[in-house]
Amino acid sequence: MKLEATAFRKAVRSVDRGLLIRIGYKIKKILLGKQGNDGIVFKLAVYGLLISVGFVYVYPIFFMISQSFKSLGDLLDPTVSWIPKALHMDNFYKAWKVLDFPKSFGASLFNSILPAIAQTGSCALVGYGIARFRFPGKSVMLAFILLTFIIPVQVVMIPLFLLFKQYGMLGSPLPFIVPALFAGGMKSALFILIYTQFFRTIPKSLEESAQLDGAGALKIFIRIILPISTPAIVVVFLFSLVWHWNETYTVSLYLGDSMRTLPVMLQQFELSFTQLFSSSSAGAQKVNINESIKLAGTVLIILPLLLLYLFAQKWFVEVIDKTGITGE
Amino acid sequence: MTGYLFVLPWMIGFLLFMAYPIYFSMNMSFHKVIISSEGIQKTWLGWNNFKYAFLSDPLYLEELVTFIKSVVFMIPIVIVFSMMVALLINQPIRMKGFFRAVFFLPVVITSGQVVKELFKQGAASVPIVQRYGIVEYIQTNFDPSWSEPIISIIEQLIVILWYSGVQILIFLAGLQKVNTQIYEAASIDGASPWEIFWKITLPSIKPFILVNIIYTIVDLFTNSLNDVIELIKVNMFQIDTGFGYATSLAWIYFAVIFVLLLIVVAIFGRNDDYNPRQAGR
Repeated sequence: MKLEATAFRKAVRSVDRGLLIRIGYKIKKILLGKQGNDGIVFKLAVYGLLISVGFVYVYPIFFMISQSFKSLGDLLDPTVSWIPKALHMDNFYKAWKVLDFPKSFGASLFNSILPAIAQTGSCALVGYGIARFRFPGKSVMLAFILLTFIIPVQVVMIPLFLLFKQYGMLGSPLPFIVPALFAGGMKSALFILIYTQFFRTIPKSLEESAQLDGAGALKIFIRIILPISTPAIVVVFLFSLVWHWNETYTVSLYLGDSMRTLPVMLQQFELSFTQLFSSSSAGAQKVNINESIKLAGTVLIILPLLLLYLFAQKWFVEVIDKTGITGE
Repeated sequence: MTGYLFVLPWMIGFLLFMAYPIYFSMNMSFHKVIISSEGIQKTWLGWNNFKYAFLSDPLYLEELVTFIKSVVFMIPIVIVFSMMVALLINQPIRMKGFFRAVFFLPVVITSGQVVKELFKQGAASVPIVQRYGIVEYIQTNFDPSWSEPIISIIEQLIVILWYSGVQILIFLAGLQKVNTQIYEAASIDGASPWEIFWKITLPSIKPFILVNIIYTIVDLFTNSLNDVIELIKVNMFQIDTGFGYATSLAWIYFAVIFVLLLIVVAIFGRNDDYNPRQAGR
């Protein structure tokens, strides 16, 4: 009887130990993983890093938004850091007026959508030509395309300015639209490369069967290639739109005073502010500019871009994933 | 021959809006150019504009050298940072799309005036940095010609990181093209993640490192926020120097970019290594 009991206890203990070891092993496996990159510790580290780095990354945007809602009191009060005591919409109202928002928004839209459409179309054509055809001088052409990518705008800006002046295009969006129609203009080399890489991923058999049916190259391009290239088209369009939207340097040079886009207005924010509020309103309700008002203006300018990004980010990311922009 | 049909627009555009202006601006850089309401007056100066830039201009060389130094620091920061983020996102995690979107977000706003505004309001520096006196430490321990660019980098760290959006995606694309079977084989053979990174991942994305360095250089140099470009702009509207001198400054600037790119391609472009991506196929 007693012997049986000890044997039983022993058995239990040995099972126990085996179990413990196994549990311990399992915990280790859960924590550290089988291959070193699938355990909890590793996962936590990955998420921790991503979240903290991500926070630092968007910090300026948070800062800007939080700041833009602050009244002057909140701005000076050191106890108010992130959340303003009250949402001070007045900043936005003032910034809206200083920026002359509806008018400059129209100018911005006009100056970015039209060139973007032109660039999207022309670069697709050129990208297809490079991706699918062999012709003498192609490598030279590629070299020149890369050259246009690395040449600073400042080199050609003045001659272009004079050229546009000669043709009376200054003061209108034409200096941006016309080069864009010819697959030139802002960062077009990059767009041509994106298209080229994308078209290369399309299997050739599609075109070959159409060729057998007697379709011409242009027809094949328009009827077959373009409809299945939506991601590339969308991305080039969006990039082009965003970059044209943000451009101030050449915009203020070519457009002069006749049209002012939002970023150009931001450049002159302080000046316009004083003209609008400080001097005119007869001293009684004199308002001084502060950071919050300026940042409210900045928020107003990037808000359309942020909204656009919210809807379109899927596309942005997907195409670069697919084409990798780069060649190998 | 139909190929020409497709690339014809580019050719016309290139001749009109690139080749001709390039010729014109080269020509201008050897002249003193005065643009008045009657037209353009040009006086031949030979190499004098360039000589002046190198020998007499009080600012240009200094600005250029400072800028190149800061670029030399910024490139590794951008490359390492974007590679790190790409490696993190490439792990099997949830909300992959969300994180990708976050890190790509600045690309939408990094250009131009908005960033300048953020700079001014001090939103661009990491808040922790000031607290620990890192800036003072660098100021006291380094030669001023090097401490200046380092400090300016620290002060704009977030904006520099913001220039990594496109690079992150390029690295991600590269990482996703690596054959997963190699990873499996390596881990069966008992390789640690650390070894896998150095022996497999890094060599496979080497071409993408080159592409990213080139992209970063071009991006930083053609960014209209940098001081050298600012200086060129200022010179453009100065009466005693004028357009001719400004264009010669722009050409020197371009030469610097070009040489830098050549050096990078010479160092990173060699294709001698064993390439695991090809070996896996």
